[in-house]
Amino acid sequence: MKTKSTKSTKTRTIRVDYLTRVEGEGGLYVKVKGGTVVDVKLKIFEPPRFFEAFLRGRSCEEAADITSRICGICPIAYQMSAVHAIEDALGVKVEGQLRALRRLVYCGEWIESHTLHVYMLHAPDFLGYPDAIRMAKDHPDIVQRGLQLKKAGNEIVRLIGGREIHPINVRVGGFYKVPAKESLRALAEQLKWARDAALETVRWVATLPFPEFEQDFLFVALRHEKEYPFNEGRIVSNRGLDIPVHGYDQLFSEEHIAYSSALHSEMKDQGAYFVGPLARYNLNFDRLSPLAREAAIAAGLQPACRNPFQSIVVRSVEILHACEEALRIIEQYEMPETPAVKYEMKAGTGYACTEAPRGILYHRYRFDAHGTILDAKIVPPTSQNQKTIENDLKQFVPANLSLPEEDLRWRCEQIVRNYDPCISCSTHFLKLQMERV
Amino acid sequence: MKRTKKPKLAVWKFASCDGCQLTLLDCEDELLAVAREVEIANFAEASRMVVKGPYDLSLVEGSITTPRDSERIQQVRRASKFLVTIGACATAGGIQALRNFQNVKEFIAIVYAQPAYIETLGKSTAIADHVRVDFELRGCPISKDQLLDVMRAFLHGGKPNTPSYSVCMECKRRGTVCVMVAHGTPCLGPITHDGCGAICPVYNRGCYGCFGPKETPNTHSLAARCGELGMKERDIVRVLRNFNAWAEPFRRESEAHENQVHQVHEDKDHSG
Repeated sequence: MKTKSTKSTKTRTIRVDYLTRVEGEGGLYVKVKGGTVVDVKLKIFEPPRFFEAFLRGRSCEEAADITSRICGICPIAYQMSAVHAIEDALGVKVEGQLRALRRLVYCGEWIESHTLHVYMLHAPDFLGYPDAIRMAKDHPDIVQRGLQLKKAGNEIVRLIGGREIHPINVRVGGFYKVPAKESLRALAEQLKWARDAALETVRWVATLPFPEFEQDFLFVALRHEKEYPFNEGRIVSNRGLDIPVHGYDQLFSEEHIAYSSALHSEMKDQGAYFVGPLARYNLNFDRLSPLAREAAIAAGLQPACRNPFQSIVVRSVEILHACEEALRIIEQYEMPETPAVKYEMKAGTGYACTEAPRGILYHRYRFDAHGTILDAKIVPPTSQNQKTIENDLKQFVPANLSLPEEDLRWRCEQIVRNYDPCISCSTHFLKLQMERV
Repeated sequence: MKRTKKPKLAVWKFASCDGCQLTLLDCEDELLAVAREVEIANFAEASRMVVKGPYDLSLVEGSITTPRDSERIQQVRRASKFLVTIGACATAGGIQALRNFQNVKEFIAIVYAQPAYIETLGKSTAIADHVRVDFELRGCPISKDQLLDVMRAFLHGGKPNTPSYSVCMECKRRGTVCVMVAHGTPCLGPITHDGCGAICPVYNRGCYGCFGPKETPNTHSLAARCGELGMKERDIVRVLRNFNAWAEPFRRESEAHENQVHQVHEDKDHSG
């Protein structure tokens, strides 16, 4: 199809009926009239699965196993948010080595999930390949490095969690079984290789061509007093927000949009906001490991980065950080005496926010004295990013109308992929929105 | 130059978590070798390139939950020489089949504020309820090794090697001490299809049925034993209602216990 210049007053539409190299089912629709974007829709037609509905009546002790099934790519994130929310309600504190093991398994998931995105979903866009497998024909060593790095992340999840997808070992209070010191030590060699591979990854992605596209984003992430955030912290933004996790519902709300089976999140009086690696990086640069900070600067990033195309570099920096953090935890590991903290069941409401690979994942549960769930709320990162993705398209398209049709469509897809959207995750949240209306 | 055409592989998604198709990408050591043997012709999660059908092998993930998907699966069947379902959603309706036990009318009334926006069916059903399926690979999630084995079998001939015996057999093979006999931990191992490698008992917990019912499971006897170990009726209902809740043997057994829960409530109402 031939395209006209930006001066044309003709109506032009860019459609991607089925977005590829994202997790889940979505499409894209952009309508342009006379050089102005008049309509943008990130269409999500992933069928709703109603997790909040069927969590009612289940035991809160089952929430980790059930909610992990929301997403096969980041099941640990769901398990972590679930158990922390329930422990919050029960007044249970998981500390010491058990806490460290939870960070470690989360490191594994970040490495696995980020590497999947960097090498297999995102990088092919920059180099002009439809996928990593075709990219491997010209760049076999690079793709091989990516696969092995991903495997290193999966090994951590498998050792601690029992298996890579829908791990079986996470429970309220800790774990069913904790690893022996020697079995963790065995991971260290592979992780040292992974750390080097992650450093090479940062250097490699820094050489990719990035379009100029700096935006004034509202970044939202967790911030912990000492650490780069995984399971704990306050919710902060780059515009002064600093609240405990309990305050989430007062400031963030969701809206049901006709063309999306995932709810759109907004921050009160602020509108769209941005969660995920770029937000974490901007709000927690000083908490990264020294090597990760150094690698970021050497890769040409500033401590503030506002170009979502460069999220591939930031994701790589986070892989490096996660490898280092995993090595540190393994180094200091002593097998805990018991695999889980004991607790008494009681009625309550609990809240948790953890940093899933794609950004903050909020869980809230209310349950009775037997632990039976009365209601549940889950807000995944991708539904929080939907509005920001649409805003990016509104900004990007008018400035790039001179691109040939296919190139522009590809660029639009890439704008969506910058966020590593997990559409499977984002589509379970109709119930709550519906209840409020 | 002699050149043989590679068989075409397609991977399709319906209502699911993406975990089973991710299993293919998690074959970090084998993926590039697989790609040398087959043409990855249609796999939206991994590639923006779509090669037209027909496809030699279609892997189908997810259950049917919308009118649109019940039509789409027909198209997938027509375009596929072999159709293999991967995972508990495609094989038994998945965790989202918990809706099947609800009164659909009430359920929809509670759930939808904007019903016009959403189209959904009252039940989440397995692919085999809609089209002919050549093979069903179980698990939530599926096993990597079984996936590779099934692909080999369908692309090169031969029979998939996925035994239909119980998780118990695998525990014996691994030499794992029985958590039910030794610790009194309720375990679905005796009625659950093997394939996971019997992970849970190794981690000191009972099996919770990710791979669904084994061939001819004695669910009644196991449920009775769980009751003796102190499980309440409603907890027996819950353990049977997870990722394979709609698989017939699990469904039948859970419904029997649900009726007993109701019976107890009614008795209480009458006496009190």
